[in-house]
This record gives sequence, C-alpha cells and structure tokens, in this order.
Amino acid sequence: MASAASSPASRTAQAAETAAEQAWSDAIQAALLHAIDPVGTGGVSLRGLAGPTRDFWLGFLRDALPANAPLRRVPLHIQDARLLGGLDLAATLQMGRPVAQKGVLAEADRGIVLLAMAERLPSGTAARMNAVIDTREVVMERDGLAMRQAARLGVVALDEGMTDDEQVPSSLKERLAFWVNLTPQRGVALAPMTESPRRAVAAARALLPSVTVPDAVFEGVCGAALALGIASVRAPILALRVARAAAALDGRREVNEIDAALAARLVLGPRATQVPAPPAQEEPDTDDDSPADPENNNEPEDPPQEPTPEPPEEPPENSDEEDDEGKDDDHDDGEEEEEEPPPIDPATLNELILEAARAAIPAGLLAAMKLGQSGMRQNSAGGRAGQIQKNTMRGRPSGVRRGEPRAGARLNVIETLRAAAPWQAVRRREMAVKVAARLALDPALPALPSALIQVRREDFHVTRYQQNTETTTVFVVDASGSAALARLAEAKGAVELLLADCYVRRDSVAVLAFRAKVAEVLLPPTRSLVRAKRSLAGLPGGGGTPLATGIDAALALAQTIQRRGETPIVVFLTDGRGNIARDGSPGRPQAMADALLAARQLRLAGVTALLLDTAAKPQAAAKELADAMGAGYVPLPYAGATELSQVVRAATALAARSAAD
Amino acid sequence: MSVAFPFSAIVGQDEMKLAILMAAVDPSIGGVLVFGDRGTGKSTAVRALAALLPKMHAVVGCRYGCDPASKTTSCEDCAVLKSKAKPKSHLVPVPVVDLPLGATEDRVVGALDLERALAQGVKAFEPGLLARANRGFLYIDEVNLLEDHLVDLLIDVAASGENVVEREGLSVRHPARFVLVGSGNPEEGELRPQLLDRFGLSVEVKTPTDLQGRVEVVRRRDAFERDSAAFTEKWSQEDARIRASIVAGRLLLPKVSVPDAALERAAQLCMSLGTDGLRGELTLIRAARALAALEGDEAVADVHLKRVAPPALRHRLRRNPLDDSGSTVRVDRAVAELFGA
Repeated sequence: MASAASSPASRTAQAAETAAEQAWSDAIQAALLHAIDPVGTGGVSLRGLAGPTRDFWLGFLRDALPANAPLRRVPLHIQDARLLGGLDLAATLQMGRPVAQKGVLAEADRGIVLLAMAERLPSGTAARMNAVIDTREVVMERDGLAMRQAARLGVVALDEGMTDDEQVPSSLKERLAFWVNLTPQRGVALAPMTESPRRAVAAARALLPSVTVPDAVFEGVCGAALALGIASVRAPILALRVARAAAALDGRREVNEIDAALAARLVLGPRATQVPAPPAQEEPDTDDDSPADPENNNEPEDPPQEPTPEPPEEPPENSDEEDDEGKDDDHDDGEEEEEEPPPIDPATLNELILEAARAAIPAGLLAAMKLGQSGMRQNSAGGRAGQIQKNTMRGRPSGVRRGEPRAGARLNVIETLRAAAPWQAVRRREMAVKVAARLALDPALPALPSALIQVRREDFHVTRYQQNTETTTVFVVDASGSAALARLAEAKGAVELLLADCYVRRDSVAVLAFRAKVAEVLLPPTRSLVRAKRSLAGLPGGGGTPLATGIDAALALAQTIQRRGETPIVVFLTDGRGNIARDGSPGRPQAMADALLAARQLRLAGVTALLLDTAAKPQAAAKELADAMGAGYVPLPYAGATELSQVVRAATALAARSAAD
Repeated sequence: MSVAFPFSAIVGQDEMKLAILMAAVDPSIGGVLVFGDRGTGKSTAVRALAALLPKMHAVVGCRYGCDPASKTTSCEDCAVLKSKAKPKSHLVPVPVVDLPLGATEDRVVGALDLERALAQGVKAFEPGLLARANRGFLYIDEVNLLEDHLVDLLIDVAASGENVVEREGLSVRHPARFVLVGSGNPEEGELRPQLLDRFGLSVEVKTPTDLQGRVEVVRRRDAFERDSAAFTEKWSQEDARIRASIVAGRLLLPKVSVPDAALERAAQLCMSLGTDGLRGELTLIRAARALAALEGDEAVADVHLKRVAPPALRHRLRRNPLDDSGSTVRVDRAVAELFGA
C-alpha cells in the first residue's frame, strides 16, 4: 500500500496494520457466524489464494461446525449428474431397474459445500446453486428420475480471482452474506486455537431460533443499506440474520446495536456502491493513498479515515465479557464506548450501523469515487454477470444422439438403457438359443457371461457438448481527435450494425475505447446489447491517439477471453494515425513504432483481428498496421452494411477454425 | 417440504402480481415474463401461487390431470377411462411446476418408462414435467440460462398446447396447456425473440427504493422465517380474498364484453407503436378483459387498456434488437398520446 503524503509514515503503517488485523478478525468472525447459521447466512465468498491462511480459515470453520456436519468440495466443472444427482450406473445394471444416486449438494445437507475456483464458476452451475440456496432443497429432474431432497447447506465460494475481472458470479455472490478478503497472515494469527469454538457455536445454534430483532434495528439496517447504494433487498435480510447469529453467540435473546453494527460491517460494507454522506462531526479525509492501488487486495479500510468507533467484538470463543483470545486483544485500542447496552435510540443506532458499514467499504470504491468514475464502476460490476455467464457455453450439453462415446461425446447411460430396453426379451431369447447351442456343441465349455441387461453397441447414445462456439467480439474504438467527431459517429454506426449481427449469432461483445493517453474498457464482455449500445452512445471524443496503448489493452482483454475458453475477435475502428507513444509522450514516429510493435504482439498471440479504417480516405498507415497484426483490412468509406457484416462473419469463421485446432 | 411465502404478503411489485393474477383468470393470455433486479421476490411470487390458486377438478387416474367437464380432449388416459365407465373427478391443487436448471430432455417431455421396460418388457410412457404442468403453471427461473434445445422444445409445446413425443419407439401425444412463467435478469443475456413472443405479458420488477417499503420487505421476511405457520395463518385471509377474486373473475370472464371502441383503441395503440403482427392486439384485448373480469367490470374500457398496455406490449416493440432502450417509456408515451394523460 502506498503511503499517504501528509501523515507521518509510522502512523500510516500502524493504521494499515490495525486495518489488516481488523480484516483478519472479521474473517474469523464471519466463519463463526456462518457456522452458527449456515443456511440463513447463505455462505462466504472467500477471496484469496490457496495457502496456509486459507487453510487455517477453513480449518477454523470446520472446527466451529458440528462434528458430524458434512463438508463437501465441489470441483469447478462438475457434471449435473454429480451435482444434483442422477442415475447410479452400477446399481442400475445390477438391479435391472433405474437406481438413483444422490448428488453432492444433497449429500452436503446440514453442512457446507466448498466451491473450488469459484471465480471461474460457470453461471449455469451458479444458477443451480442459487436455486438450492433459495429453496433449501435439490430438485432433480434428470435421467428419467425425479427427486426432491433436502439440501440445507452453507456455501463457501473459494475465490482465487486476481483481477477485477475475475469474480464469483454476482447472482451467487449476492446470496452469500459474507464477502471476506483474505490477506496472508503470519505466524501468530495462525497459531492453533486453545479451545475449539464448537461448544460456543453449538450453544449459539440452540439459542438462535428465539433471538428477536427490535423494530429500530430493522430500520437502521435497511436505512444503512439504502444509504450505501445497495439495491438488492437481500443484503439487509442477510445482515439481520447475521445480527441474530451474533446475538446468539453472545448469549442474548435480542439483537442489540452492537450486533447490528457488526452485521453492517461484515455484510453491508463490502457491498457498498456509494459512500454515504459522512456524519457531521467528521470531515472526509482527502489525503489518502493513491488511487492507483487496484481494488483486488484491498483492506476494508482506508488508513487515514481511521476514527472509526470500533464496534466491540464479540469474543469468538465463549460468552464471557472479556476478550481472552491473543489475537483479539490488539484492536481494543480505540474503544471509548462501554459495552452495557443503553436503551436503543433510533437516531444514534442508525448512525452507528452506517458508521460501522462505512468502515468496511472497499478502498477501491473510495478511490473510484474521487476519480468521478463511480457510475462506470457500477456498470462494470453489473456486467460481470453477463461476462462470467459465458462459461456456461463451454461444455454445455447440446442434446443426445445415437453414437459411440468418443472425444467430445460422453456416453449417456440413461438413453443407452432406454434404447436397449425394448430388445431385452428378444436378446434374452437369442442368448438362450446361443447358450443351448454351445452346450449342445460341447457341455464342457465355460458358461457365457450373463447380465440382467443386455446392452449392445447399437444401443449406445452419447451426449454432445458444445465447445468453443462462444465468440466474443471486442470493439476497439479510436475516439481521438484525429478520428474526428464526424467519423466517430460513423464508426459508432458501424459498430451498431455489427452488434445486430452479433445478436443474431448470440455472441458476446465488449467495447474498449482509447483517446488522450488511456485505453479503457467501456463494457466488459456481455450479451446485453442494450448496454453495449448505451456505452457507445456516451463515448466522448477528442485528444491524442494512444494507438499502442489501445492495442495493448485489446490484447489483454482478448487473452482474458481466451483463458475463459472463448474465442475473441478484435475489431479495431481507427484511422491508424497514432501520435501518443506507449509511455504517454507525444510524437508521431515513436507512436507509430510502438503501435506496430503492439500489433505484432497481437499477431503472435494468435488473436483474430479486423481493422476498419475510419479515415475519410484509406490510409497507408492503417493498412500497414493491419498487416502487422495479421488483420483483415476494410476501408470504411467504401464498406456498405452487408459487406461489413460479411467481413466480420468471415473473420468469425476463421477464428472459430483456428480455435478448433 | 417448506411452506411457501404467502402471495398477499409480498410487498409492492403490483404489476407483477397483477400480471400473474390475470394469467390465472385467463390462461389464454399466454405466459408471464418477469425480468428485473435481483432480490425482488420474482421467484417468491411464483412459488406462492400453488397455495393461492383455487383447486381444480380433475379426472381421477388421468396422468395429465384433465378437466372432467372438457369434451374435446386428446388425452389417451381419459379415452381409456371413459371407455370403461364414467370417470370420477376429484379436486386437486393447480400444478405449479418448477423446471429446474439442469433438467434433462427426457424428464421435460417424458420418455420410455425404464423400470417397466427393463423389468417387465413393457413399452410404457412415463410423463414428464410438461404433463405435470398441464392446466397449471410451468415456472422457469433464470429463463435466459435455459439450454437451447430445451427452449426449442418449450417454444413448440407452448404454441400448440400439445406435447408430441416421438422417441424410443414411443409415439405419444398428450395435452400440455400451461401458463409459462419465466423470470430472469436481463444482464445475464437476452432472450430469443421466439421465446420472448410466447410470453403474453412481460413485467419489469425493480427493488423498492423507499426506506419504508424496504423495511417492510425485510420485516415480513424475518417474521416468516421465525414462524412460517403463524405468518401464513396471518395472511391466509388476504390470500383467500385474492382467491375469491380469481374465482369470480373466471366466472365473469365470458360475460365481459369488448366494445368496438375498445378494439379500435387497441388497434390504434399497436399501430402507433409498430408492434409486429396481431399478437400484440390480441394479447392486449385478452389482458384487458381479464383485468375487467378480475375487478368485476362487465365491459372493457380505457382504464383497463391503459393499465395492461405496458405489460402486454413492452416486449413486442423491439424490431431491432438494439432498439430496446426504454420500451416502457415508449409504451407509456403512446398510451398518454392516445388516451390523453
């Protein structure tokens, strides 16, 4: 973390340390509260790489849960048959009738499922998880079987995302109360617990059903959610459940303001999309760290904004008043409030809750606010759903056909058995004849193997999966002054034309623009064309032409798309006249050299590209650039609507072919 | 089995609730599409339906739950039952069938009954979800995530009201008339135009933005979770009132007249909005009639048309997929122009 300019370095370092400790104790607290009410709180989105810290956290959760609670790990590309349940092949063949097998989710009833690499979770799987979280049962209609099984479980999404793009599908993440960022901890914090938290959690679980919520808390939590710009009503509902769990952990039958403040910090803070107006006595510091710090490893606190009235922690172990944990001692520092609950005054309560949540607002959000980009950030956060959703297409079943299992096709047992079923009587007779003939030939021959069900090669049915059919078209729009505003409008028109084409093919689109000195992703990959159009409409023009930066950004985005198993096509709309070099300095020769270099890198990466020359007259520079990136070159002035879409379609076909091998 | 949250206890979302009730009064309106923000009670409303709807008469022993009063049924079960004796009828709850994601085709359309085929060598048909949903509701959450081959299938059945199964040597057809209810989030992708067209009504839901509304949502949810039996009991009277209005609406529906003036208005509205084909007008009239019936009016008037125009037309405007921004606004504007404020 960059140190702040004004405050003494030591103070900043100390504040950062306190913040980190706070984050870790919050993480532990989240594990405890989740263990108390796994179903109600939905789960934990646990962001952080695999390592001792995460293992410790998971071990702690394991210790907090009842000894017999199942803890099941779900691999990323789990098949529906295992996730939801399906036909038990061995038993079916043995018994001669369909036998069902439980899926992982049903097996995890009254326990926890761990979703590995949840940042890559296909949105189809996420939607199945969502249904289970909402209904608390697995409804399965598969393989000729219909089952309804209880699945009262909590979900821990292990999110190993490194960048902003990599996120747990937002529809799932929304249903998980706790969003925890794990930062690696050192020795002391990871020391084994002296006492297992299981007993305290069990006591809290017993108490939980009788915990009530006072009216004022409802309003305080809902009000805080609103002030923080949290649209979904799920957030306050989850926060209240967390508050109840916290009260139960403390051995009380009524939620008090401390529980509410804790819930606000754990549940509402990380979800904030806007910073609420600060209370009167505190002016917002403007001197905090540079906004360059990306949001991914954010501590939940901006160091200089420290005067947080820290809500006293519940002791995680037992319900005595004093903290007895080593790691808990250290954040008593700023405490001036006393524990004994005064009668709740709604106004102070609201403030307290909001203040607690403010403390946990991601640092990146504050930085973004200062840049005045909050609207855009919001946009891109929403787009993640669409973007991650693309994963679904990978390996999606696309129907069942007769055929033999081969690469890209998986034996579909149920359909195979169905195909075999009508012939069983005939085949048994045939077999009987064969056996009789054999016996007649030589009674000493070993008996033929007999099976209850006789399946032959012609019965085989396979499920086909579609792979690599998903294409994402990345539009890279030159919005610089040289592209001239009139030409920009024309370029937008061309993009809209192509968008309509993408719609027909059900492709995703992304929009990237470069001007002045920067390139920015206006729209992360999405299938929502309405948003694509909107992002273009608001595109400002003018400034220099950082061509190389634009190409670099396009390459980065294309590679992200490739990693997701999809096929990117990059469509540049530019006149090819760069005048800002990679390092941001003006000057045409250097800029063009950089651009050509970037173009060659794009070609090396094997990304299919297309360059639409938007200049009034075809430019040699643009042609040269197109050649360097191995891209198709289309001078826009001469390209009609049909030609344009033909060119893109040809490029798509090319990309699909190169992705196939 | 968990108890469903009572329909009447859902805070706000009046357009969504109204659309569902209209479809309950007149299933021929077609399905209801609910698109909108997360956490707005989309699924809650649909799952509450089963408890809300009045029970229906069904032929005893018919796997498709046919109506005993119906003369023209293509149902094989009923044909067999009727050939023997006068079939008995019983009261059953209206089916509200969830089509879970990950459902396989054989369970949706029905397939060869494997157990009987293997054990007894009998070629029997095992009905699927479409059969179970006959005369009721078929609900698809996250409809835009549904696999393409299932979408194809649904489009066909929803249009014909009949499920034709030709697989594994089976040749079965059975009635499958249901109200398709889909919900989803537009940010997760577009819906295919053909599927979109199958939905008679489309409603947009938004999270309540006023504090009181939100507090009420959270409070009721909490009360329900703490003691669902008592909560359901508390709202049962309100549910009963809605149920009575559905029953009354169904009775009144055939008697509701549509004056020529209303027909003309509907045509004008559709023309000014440039909706494709006649489906828009048809749905508009049907929905207006259902609304009139629901509210106890005997003739369709401007008030009804005005209220149903947005849900009946907003998803039919998009000729060009990019042209969609603010379709609700466009309908509202056209309505205001035509009806004057």
